[in-house]
Amino acid sequence: MKQYSLNILLVLFAVGLLCASYFGLMDSYIAIVVMTIGINIMMSTSLNLVNGNMGEFTCGHAAFMCVGAYVSSVLSVWCFGSKFGEALLPAWSVLFVFPVILLIGGAVAAVSSLLVSVPSFKTRDDYLAIISIAVNYMIISALENIDFVGGSRGFQGMKDTVWAMVDIFDGPWMLFWVINFTVFTVWVIRRFITSTYGKGVNAICQDEVAAEIMSVNTNKIKIINFMVAAGLAGCAGGLYAHIIGYVNPQSFNILKSTEALVMVYLGGMGSLSGAILSAIIFTGLVEVLRSQAIIDGLLSPVTFFFPDWEPSAGVIKWVVIPLLLVIVMQFRSEGIMGNRELSDLFPRLKKYYRFK
Amino acid sequence: MTETGLETQKAPVLEIRGLTQRFGGLTAVNNFNVELHAGELNGLIGPNGAGKTTVFNLVSGFYQPTEGQIFIDGQPTAGLKPHKVTSFGVARTFQNIRLWNDMSVLDNIRVAQHYWLGYGFFHSVLRGKRFKQREAQIAQESAALLDVFDLKRYADEYPKNLPYGTQRKLEIARALSTHPKLLLLDEPAAGLNSGDAKELIRLVRWIHSTFDVTIWMIEHHMDVMMELATQIKVIDFGETIAAGTPEHIRNHPAVITAYLGDENI
Repeated sequence: MKQYSLNILLVLFAVGLLCASYFGLMDSYIAIVVMTIGINIMMSTSLNLVNGNMGEFTCGHAAFMCVGAYVSSVLSVWCFGSKFGEALLPAWSVLFVFPVILLIGGAVAAVSSLLVSVPSFKTRDDYLAIISIAVNYMIISALENIDFVGGSRGFQGMKDTVWAMVDIFDGPWMLFWVINFTVFTVWVIRRFITSTYGKGVNAICQDEVAAEIMSVNTNKIKIINFMVAAGLAGCAGGLYAHIIGYVNPQSFNILKSTEALVMVYLGGMGSLSGAILSAIIFTGLVEVLRSQAIIDGLLSPVTFFFPDWEPSAGVIKWVVIPLLLVIVMQFRSEGIMGNRELSDLFPRLKKYYRFK
Repeated sequence: MTETGLETQKAPVLEIRGLTQRFGGLTAVNNFNVELHAGELNGLIGPNGAGKTTVFNLVSGFYQPTEGQIFIDGQPTAGLKPHKVTSFGVARTFQNIRLWNDMSVLDNIRVAQHYWLGYGFFHSVLRGKRFKQREAQIAQESAALLDVFDLKRYADEYPKNLPYGTQRKLEIARALSTHPKLLLLDEPAAGLNSGDAKELIRLVRWIHSTFDVTIWMIEHHMDVMMELATQIKVIDFGETIAAGTPEHIRNHPAVITAYLGDENI
């Protein structure tokens, strides 16, 4: 029972979400928020693998999301869309081909991570951060100059694939895929970092010289770790592209990378459950603070004294969230969870579930 | 290995020929030669900055020698990365303890098994039969090693919370978990009080007799060195100035000059 309790809980939760969406208990706005949470979980947990577990500082994670988004978008339009002429594959095959398309997007993103991981053999810390920002810019500018995918105007037509799925069965398909891929991401990462093989990543973080001397092939582990992180971010990018139905190179710029960084540092370096938790909190906060009424309410003591000032939610949101980050870094610099997992914080939970 | 079994039996565990290392204009080690045969426990001493640790760094593959060759069991290690040299059977400890401080003691031992892991990323995710077998084997061996080193009660502890002497012991245990033929101990007694140093002498002796390993150590504590080593080499400014038994070294004029200075100055 203990062995399966978490799986059962997860399946129940997923089915609950899907049913709520299908029977209209959850409107499409909430569904989009839930999907964004899923994508953000994928982004923060995968970035956590590099920045938290391996202790390298990279801030160009959105670049890999971008690669995944574009590759899977082009593939999906090519296979099921009408933009490049006749659809290549029959519409019924979409249910099997779509996850494969996402995984191919992830695989290409994983290969593109070599742009960061090969320099990381020799460079660390700030210098690697600069390289990762450079890679982020390189990939965006490259895509902006490829006319085949629309250049800076962006690329669309992925909704054809989603509609092909809806034609088969009218349900919340994207929500279904997001839930699956989020669980897949967490599962892959968890299994990787708890194996003796993956613990080499932590060893590199704590003492690279000792790791190399104690027979850990540090360069190989670095490449693999970057590839896993970038690959999962690529899958997240593919999902993002299909939810929005439109991708633009500029939506994966340094701001998007920063968002992922914020989630990792908020949650705690090297803590998988922290990354998940902070992705949920962060996305929730962004959405809640979108509401003008809430901002007005929060600021009513101030506006009482300055009646001429009319704060706009869009602006205040980006004051409140960074401020929160400043406060967290000041008073709890290790993040919400530190480098511990949920089961370390509440040992009693261990009795009820086993997660691997 | 089996075809050349006779040959490798004769070949020394470690052979260094004409080893020279220059850092820019500085010659850290000059024309260094040594042979260590299976089962020996030898020492390397010298004043500060003599190039002792450089020799160890060269043997463990951390530096590539400017000149000269290093053979482990008759095989040259030139151009190999340190993790490859480790899988050849060379393990070492560090002057300043370099444990992985935020990983449990057990994990410290486990990660040092990377050289014969035999599975990769996809095995670790899919967790098939091979993975489970290997992990079980590693867990069992690590636990056994902790047991013989009397560290089992610290298995879930973080190394940073352990007393200094125990950390030293753990570092040696971690080095041994790679099943080395040659163990390089870089100042194992540094920072230990005289009681702990006595304990260390016992530990090194016990390791030498139980683990079937050749040991080469650098040490500043002369009493530890005199007690343990059968052959000692002395280097100063990268040059070998003396070699021989502890008694011979103790009374060697060049060694006394190197350590205490020339009385004529």
